[in-house]
Amino acid sequence: MKKLSKIDHLKIYSNMLKIRRFEERSSQLYGMGHIGGFCHLYIGQEAVVVGVLMTIKKNDSVVTTYRDHGHMIARGLDVKRIMSELTGRANGYSAGKGGSMHMFSKENNFYGGHGIVGAQVPIGTGIAFTHKYNSDKNICRTYIGDGAMNNGQVFEAFNLAALWKLPSLYIIENNKYGMGTSVDRAAAGSDLYKRGEAFGIKGEIVDGMNVYSVIKAANKAGEYVRSGKGPYILEVQTYRYRGHSMSDPAKYRTKAELEKYKNSDPIEVVKNEIIKKKIASNKELEKIGKEIIEEVKSAADFALESNFPENKELYTDVYL
Amino acid sequence: MTIEILMPALSPTMTEGNLTKWLVSEGQEVKAGDIIAEIETDKATMEVEAVDEGFVEKLLFKEGDVNIPVNKPIALISGEQKTKSKNIKDEIELGEKQESKEIKELNQSQDQQVKEDVIIDNEHISMREAIRDTIAEEMRKDKKVFILGEEVAEYQGAYKVTQGLLEEFGEKRVIDTPISEQGFTGLAVGAAFKGLTPIVEFMTFNFSMQAIDQIINSAAKTLYMSGGQINCPIVFRGPNGAASQVAAQHSQDFSSWYSHVPGLKVLAPSTPLNAKGLLRAAIRDPNPVIFLENEILYGLKGEVSYDDDFTIPFG
Repeated sequence: MKKLSKIDHLKIYSNMLKIRRFEERSSQLYGMGHIGGFCHLYIGQEAVVVGVLMTIKKNDSVVTTYRDHGHMIARGLDVKRIMSELTGRANGYSAGKGGSMHMFSKENNFYGGHGIVGAQVPIGTGIAFTHKYNSDKNICRTYIGDGAMNNGQVFEAFNLAALWKLPSLYIIENNKYGMGTSVDRAAAGSDLYKRGEAFGIKGEIVDGMNVYSVIKAANKAGEYVRSGKGPYILEVQTYRYRGHSMSDPAKYRTKAELEKYKNSDPIEVVKNEIIKKKIASNKELEKIGKEIIEEVKSAADFALESNFPENKELYTDVYL
Repeated sequence: MTIEILMPALSPTMTEGNLTKWLVSEGQEVKAGDIIAEIETDKATMEVEAVDEGFVEKLLFKEGDVNIPVNKPIALISGEQKTKSKNIKDEIELGEKQESKEIKELNQSQDQQVKEDVIIDNEHISMREAIRDTIAEEMRKDKKVFILGEEVAEYQGAYKVTQGLLEEFGEKRVIDTPISEQGFTGLAVGAAFKGLTPIVEFMTFNFSMQAIDQIINSAAKTLYMSGGQINCPIVFRGPNGAASQVAAQHSQDFSSWYSHVPGLKVLAPSTPLNAKGLLRAAIRDPNPVIFLENEILYGLKGEVSYDDDFTIPFG
């Protein structure tokens, strides 16, 4: 694997920070009533998607869950149009008709944003099937929450992917809770990635609070999948600082547990590495931080000034 | 005592069968459990075992005879050997002489019936052939089209609709799946999002209930929820509706269910002609289409169009 350049380190830092600032702004806009419906924040999990995306090739595909804002941002998509989608505006990525949970960008091979827990797993497997069918050497990364790992269709998809040796990389984002139910109370046995072993799918646990561990594991797993050996599973151990959704006070866990994870904050890990390696100074990082706040703020302004879809749009895009 | 061996019904929808091969000859002794013939049904070629014991007195149909109605006598078995002669030719001649007048008449009328059926076959094709031909024609034209489902490839289709497709198109495009409806339906939806044109065969539409979340929440709604970016060109097809004597789980009509879902188009062909026109239009349609075939109509013969661009517009 290629050594990370100084630019890579700074890109990682700013992408992770952008996700966090974006989510904080989303939280504020939700509180103000500008974002309706459901809204699931990615704060605490930033190292997962940013790390994986450092290893992706341009024409690889991605499918993820409804906790998708961070995935869009890390993919390099326009934060203005993401915020427009969250606030239901016509210039959002899904024309204001998908909202927080259902964002897509076909031109960037980003296939959602899926609201039904587990349903994205056969879909991602089908996109991987297409890469193989077309012999194009690309792979599909399918993200799975720990909650979905108890959903039957996930295992049907694993079986098909292993049976047909599909170029499918499954990334379990184990943030410890499926809504309010801890993994321990939902999943029998330990280590979710081991559920792939029944199908002969290799996998491993990755420290999702450390972006460098994620990059290393995702790179290795990606190469394995791209080489035609079939699927692979990464179980990335992470933590969401906020509740499941905006309306969740997260009373099912202790403050001490939350503090423990905050003390190993994934953005601080990157910051410390950058300072240690003298890639940038504290002051320079602060400047990056300020620019990101401005960028996110202007995205929010852009969104709030944008138009809502017209009523007639209720009847469009039902059929092509 | 003479026992009639009848054309057996080897599937719930079989109304007639073809006599592919006799494994016994006249005069031969048969024991219960012996395989006496191969019969081609509407779904497969099956071996027929003798249930009674005795000597084959008369084979009433020749190998290759087609469209023999279920329950029509195809052979006669006698409890006793009619002749001690070791010369089979003599036996047959003797047997023929002993044949009753009724059997002769029966034979003549059956021959006449077979001739008539053969003539009809030359002009018309069955519903299942019309569906198969259309799939094959579209697969020849467009490499993005592929078919997957339970038993569609090696078994040649549970209802023989996909007969011959594996041989022509290979295992990359004619794909046997495990019994895993939610998994392979979701997989096909993902493939359609990514630009392929899957034809998903449900062995019967009853089993589509296992996959209904993927059909409705994924296939039907994603175009809308993606603001028109991601369409789902897919055909879900298979037998639907009333079937014969299979109880409530295997005998139901989904046309009304699926017709209530915005984003889906629902078709139910009634003749081989409109099966061809509608299925071709369905495969070429950029939206998800539910194509409901009637199990009881699979054997229905009718005229078809041989224009491989023939489509029937929806609505």
